[in-house]
Amino acid sequence: MPGSEKLRERRPSSSKGNRLTQFFSSSPKSADNTQQALFAMQQHHLQQQHSSAPTSGISSSTVSLPTISLSTAIAENNTIDLPATKTLFEPKTAEEAERQKRADAQFGPLNHPSHLWTSKSHGRPLAAPVEDDPPQSALYTTYISYLILILIGHIRDFFGKRFGDKKRYNSLKAQNGYAPLNDDFDNFYTRRLKVRLNDCFARVATGVPGRYITLLDRESDDFNHSYRYTGTTTETLNMSSYNYLGFAQSEGPCADAVEECVRRYGITTCSPRGDAGTTDLALEVEREVANFVGKPSAMIFSMGYVTNASSFPALVSKGCLIISDELNHASIRVGARMSGAMIRSFAHNDVRSLEKVLREAISQGQPRTHRPWKKILVVVEGLYSMEGTMCDLPGVLALKRKYKFALFVDEAHSIGALGPRGRGVCDYFGVDPAEVDILMGTLTKSFGANGGYIAADKHIVDKLRATNSATQLGETPSPCVLMQILASLKMITGELCPGQGEERLQRIAFNSRYLRLGLKRLGYIVYGHDDSPIIPVMLYHPAKIPAFSHHMLNRQISVVVVGYPATPLITSRARFCVSSAHNKEDLDRLLRACDEVADEMNIKYSSGIAGGLDDLDPKYDCPIEDELAFRRSKKLIYPPRWSVEDVIERGARDAKLPLR
Amino acid sequence: MDAEKLQAQFHRTLSVASAAFQKVPGSSVLTRYIQSSYQNDPVRSAIELILVLFFVRYLLSPSYSTDKQNYVKLTEDEIDELVDDWVPEPLVAEQTALEALENERIPVIVGPTGPKSKLSNGRTVTNLASYNFYNFNANEQIKEKAVQILRTYGVGPCGPPQFYGTQDVHVKAEADIAAYLGTERCIVYAQAFSTISSVIPSFCKRGDIIVADRAVNFSIRKGLEASRSVVKWFDHGDMDNLDAIMSSVAKEQAKAKRLTRRFIVTEGLFETVGDASDLPKLIELKEKHKFRLILDETWSFGVLGRTGRGLTEAQNVDPQQVDMIIGSLAGPLCAGGGFCAGAKDVVEHQRITSTAYTYSAALPAMLAVTASETVNLLQSNPEILNQCRENIKAMRAQLDPRSDWVICTSVPENPVMLLVLKPEVVQARKLGVEDQERILMDCVEEALANGVLITRLKTRPFAYAMKSPGSSSSAQPALKVCITTALSKKDIEKAGTTIRHAITKVMTRKTTSKSA
Ligand SMILES: Cc1ncc(COP(=O)(O)O)c(C=O)c1O
Repeated sequence: MPGSEKLRERRPSSSKGNRLTQFFSSSPKSADNTQQALFAMQQHHLQQQHSSAPTSGISSSTVSLPTISLSTAIAENNTIDLPATKTLFEPKTAEEAERQKRADAQFGPLNHPSHLWTSKSHGRPLAAPVEDDPPQSALYTTYISYLILILIGHIRDFFGKRFGDKKRYNSLKAQNGYAPLNDDFDNFYTRRLKVRLNDCFARVATGVPGRYITLLDRESDDFNHSYRYTGTTTETLNMSSYNYLGFAQSEGPCADAVEECVRRYGITTCSPRGDAGTTDLALEVEREVANFVGKPSAMIFSMGYVTNASSFPALVSKGCLIISDELNHASIRVGARMSGAMIRSFAHNDVRSLEKVLREAISQGQPRTHRPWKKILVVVEGLYSMEGTMCDLPGVLALKRKYKFALFVDEAHSIGALGPRGRGVCDYFGVDPAEVDILMGTLTKSFGANGGYIAADKHIVDKLRATNSATQLGETPSPCVLMQILASLKMITGELCPGQGEERLQRIAFNSRYLRLGLKRLGYIVYGHDDSPIIPVMLYHPAKIPAFSHHMLNRQISVVVVGYPATPLITSRARFCVSSAHNKEDLDRLLRACDEVADEMNIKYSSGIAGGLDDLDPKYDCPIEDELAFRRSKKLIYPPRWSVEDVIERGARDAKLPLR
Repeated sequence: MDAEKLQAQFHRTLSVASAAFQKVPGSSVLTRYIQSSYQNDPVRSAIELILVLFFVRYLLSPSYSTDKQNYVKLTEDEIDELVDDWVPEPLVAEQTALEALENERIPVIVGPTGPKSKLSNGRTVTNLASYNFYNFNANEQIKEKAVQILRTYGVGPCGPPQFYGTQDVHVKAEADIAAYLGTERCIVYAQAFSTISSVIPSFCKRGDIIVADRAVNFSIRKGLEASRSVVKWFDHGDMDNLDAIMSSVAKEQAKAKRLTRRFIVTEGLFETVGDASDLPKLIELKEKHKFRLILDETWSFGVLGRTGRGLTEAQNVDPQQVDMIIGSLAGPLCAGGGFCAGAKDVVEHQRITSTAYTYSAALPAMLAVTASETVNLLQSNPEILNQCRENIKAMRAQLDPRSDWVICTSVPENPVMLLVLKPEVVQARKLGVEDQERILMDCVEEALANGVLITRLKTRPFAYAMKSPGSSSSAQPALKVCITTALSKKDIEKAGTTIRHAITKVMTRKTTSKSA
């Protein structure tokens, strides 16, 4: 049976007989080359661009008619390439309308061509975002609620272990000679606090996590210990996935390329890179990633987490020092710990604190022996996933020149999401990537794929290939994932479907600023830098965590909420991840929901020092960049509480000014 | 003389202080406590006083004072000078000659992985280097299904499992694997390699005791290291040694009246040796000494047993008796990711405490569905496993008894055949680990030149991590030949002959070059 399988002719694509397939299958054996495959796809889509692309291209959005989407009217195989043929009211068949609806649910059409912006540093040194504090009363009630929760938890544990349900408490007690599997102290938080929020986590989704995400409805009869799935689903606005550039799609050029790739390559390579897992496709992706981030060489991994976890041991060892931002991701902490190097941390994003640690480390040398450190590796993230802050790369680089340390930047969230060309923090600040020793990133987020990469000088990558355990022993990314990376990368650079990548970059930049400004004006306390697509809003009170999530879900919006221990005890928050797949309508819907919910839950805490203020009286004549400082000196700061209609009306224009 | 004056003054101060103290609310309670405690046991009061003083000092001391003990005070100028003087080592060392050679020789496959693979140099070779034992990678049904999933789910789930990354297909894959194995639940990770490295530290904490086989693979070792538990090693496959260690641990703890979690960590089929564990014996010992068993079935899941359920099926053990079974979906199952199967408590605990699960994006839906599909295929076509075993036998017949130079350390059912140089050869030629590596590297090259792609065990770069205290060497370098059902018996035999000749050629050539 398998013998016959291997020789069986490849069947032509049965789901869609598009031209793409023909490009591939005309040369099934002789020219198995990724270059060709992509080239073919590019040709195909170039033609499509003219005829109007299936996803909303820039061209389709220039004419603004609110409800009728222009790109729908033309079937995929239509090759008439005159934009003029786009008649506005051409009748669509039901099937086409259905398809368009599906495509729009994954990637929203742009509402207006002005809703674009370029993500770029304004040239001034990056100041830490102003952090607003909630009223004292909010702090006290938060502490008190935790206290009560902890007390009740302990009381319930006390009685539960003695009289409670045997099954539930068994894993906490020593029984027939086995020590308990979990220390009750260790997992007290999980059992007593997190279980109350459980239904805000691990909600099961189905379909594409694009502009909308479809959740399976579930109910719990036993206070979140188990769920019953009702069999129905709810389509919600997706403010939760790391789908920054909207590449989570099951249609369009990327998906077409992936389909072709599955048919050609199968699902996997069944082997680590060190053995027989090195394919032409993997090498091609590595070259493209290296080009994209602006480094001579790159290597890829099948998981972002393991990229960090395995790279630190390959870079540093005993006698070396890792200086890590205090809020670095768990994968960095795991990797650093496994490396055997000493670890110090510095205050989040604080260059002065970093300098202090550096001066002390270099002057004191290794503990006890005072020998000089072999290497010092400073590790920062480009964009922090819980804070929405960007690293102050120029500041860190200035220190690097003086203190000669090696710099590792984890661009998990910033690659694709920041910079005028989507190439991460270096691009955003206009810094030469050569100044950073190691650029790491994940392909899980902006590219809609999975995995991670390390980009560096060639000799570094070559050495890492030999010494990195995940390359030698771990599985290779699957070909379909590789193709998704390749196709999305080429779209961002404009090699594939020119214009579409650029539109995506500009949409996320606009959306990020628009939503952030809107939330500030409504009165939320918002963390992070202005251009960051990660927008955390503060809830503080533990009871407000699930409440916010439920209120949003009732309005068919899915959000991520986080509390202790992922954040400090006090600053529980909800986090919105903005995507290019969203359009202004979606964000307006979110703003309206946030306005209602904030009034119900009383979470408009902002005092105004962090922005969201009304226009300054023209009589003061102060440039907008200096306005905040000016207002502070003149005490012209008051809590912003705009009406949501004003926010929406003014937002699109004001989001393009320096945010006040 | 002045002593009385001093005393008077002392008393005055004391009374003023006590008056002030009594104004503080709650002070009377404190006084009463101190008084009664002093009456009961003056020594206790003294100790308490010391404790209070220590506490105050602790509160007042600056943070990070621990490494200030031999802190050298320096002026800013001195620091600047030291900063200027400091020269860091280069971030990475030079590549060694062996590494460079290896890098250069890595085969690049163009197109799909299959029994015959095309290399970038244009040649098509027999691929005995991939874990594509059943050639599921070429199965059209699976591809079709994957495309269907692509068209409904896209590629990546764009988020960690807790944050909307869990999709219904993951839930199904987990249920399918649990049902196949016969465990209560199962959790799917996004990568097999990091699964066990993350499972171990999520249960084993500081102070716990782990007894591990000396031959366990790199991922397990990383997990052991991360757990910070006390690790004791038993000789590879030596159940008496294991018994002795376990009973000494149990006795020690019984004597000290201290019960910690205790684990045995071992593999189903060993990655670096190829042989199997004696599971019934392990279960017997574990129950006798009250240990929990963590079994890494990365290489035996989908391989051993009548329907490929792994070691439990092959050795007739109830899978529920094993506390955790870890396996890979990226090998013969041709999907991606890894899993851990076990009881409900065991699995659910990992969802929040296992770092590789919580802090990493979920597995792409296409791969999760492929795992479900291939598990199904194995279950419904167990004959494919027999076919594979026939091929292993055919290959073995060409190599193990016939070669003068190598022996196969893998068990007869293991499609990953590990070939090591015979001890007498190693001894006669005084071959160090590095020499063996070079010889085997040449064997791989020679086989490839004759159209057969095989590889080697890649543990040398991690030798530092692979050594366990008390044993002299890490794994012996080995050739790795992976059998697939997609080749006919004749093809396998032919490939076997090629490999054998390649080894002979290198070995006879080496003699001259080494003496030269
Ligand atoms: C900074 C950072 N690094 C690494 C990772 C891990 O990436 P992946 O999800 O691809 O494993 C993440 C993901 O959350 C991250 O935020």
